[in-house]
Amino acid sequence: MLRMVFAALAGGLFGAGLLVSGMVDTVKVQGWLDVFGAWDPTLAFVMGGAIIPMAIAWQVAARRKTAVLGTPIPAPAVQKLDPNLITGSILFGMGWGLVGLCPGPALAAATLNGVSGLIFILAMLAAMVSLPALRRTIASTGKTAWTSAR
Amino acid sequence: MLEQDWIWGLIGGLMIGSAGALFLLMNGRIMGASGIIGGLVDGSGRANWTERAAFLAGLVAVPALLVPIYGSVDTRLTDNVWLLVAAGLLVGFGTRLANGCTSGHGVCGISRLSLRGLGATVFYIAAGGITVLIARHWLGVI
Repeated sequence: MLRMVFAALAGGLFGAGLLVSGMVDTVKVQGWLDVFGAWDPTLAFVMGGAIIPMAIAWQVAARRKTAVLGTPIPAPAVQKLDPNLITGSILFGMGWGLVGLCPGPALAAATLNGVSGLIFILAMLAAMVSLPALRRTIASTGKTAWTSAR
Repeated sequence: MLEQDWIWGLIGGLMIGSAGALFLLMNGRIMGASGIIGGLVDGSGRANWTERAAFLAGLVAVPALLVPIYGSVDTRLTDNVWLLVAAGLLVGFGTRLANGCTSGHGVCGISRLSLRGLGATVFYIAAGGITVLIARHWLGVI
């Protein structure tokens, strides 16, 4: 039960931060990506602000074996790029640029975005649901570069 | 960008990072939106689905409760169905293939000096920038 309480608190604070920072505004997000147009640096301040408490938290976590509620601290980061990471990030960036939404703000603004937001979320969920099966199919039929890393 | 936008960006950013810190230190979880959502819908996160669902409930509900303070919030999202479907599919496939998005790779990854977090962030920002360049300035569709 406590796990759910703190998960809801973290999710709520995340959502509040996305609202306060202006990152639910898709035009501001696209403005960050629009280097050759009306460039909007706000996202850099959001990212910088978010990294500060998170970096401190990683330092604290490094001195502990488990989190307060008993779960092991996540394993150290794997310092290795692979084709899935790069291909996936490029696809994600293309979608992010097209409408200015990434998964966090899409949900934080779910009650603000009306039918348009719902269409985006449903398409995103459909892709997430079908990806494991798609990857199995590709892995069994061909030896493409982006399945070889797994 | 308005004069005060960067201050609110910084304050909101500190809130986002504090949320990630809370989730890491209390629950022992990395706050990655695409991973939390994806694990819930594709079944890979069945073991801790209640925690995922609680996080997402907070993420959706709290902004909705705070909006009245602002009067109204215009998210300026496009109503072009084709763009929305294409973008949703790209974001869904891409983030799950890369195992993370702006929150997981960007905020949680870079803050622990993860090469994967930094690498993913460089690629999705570059791809987003090129997409806006082409779609806005060449094709004029966004």
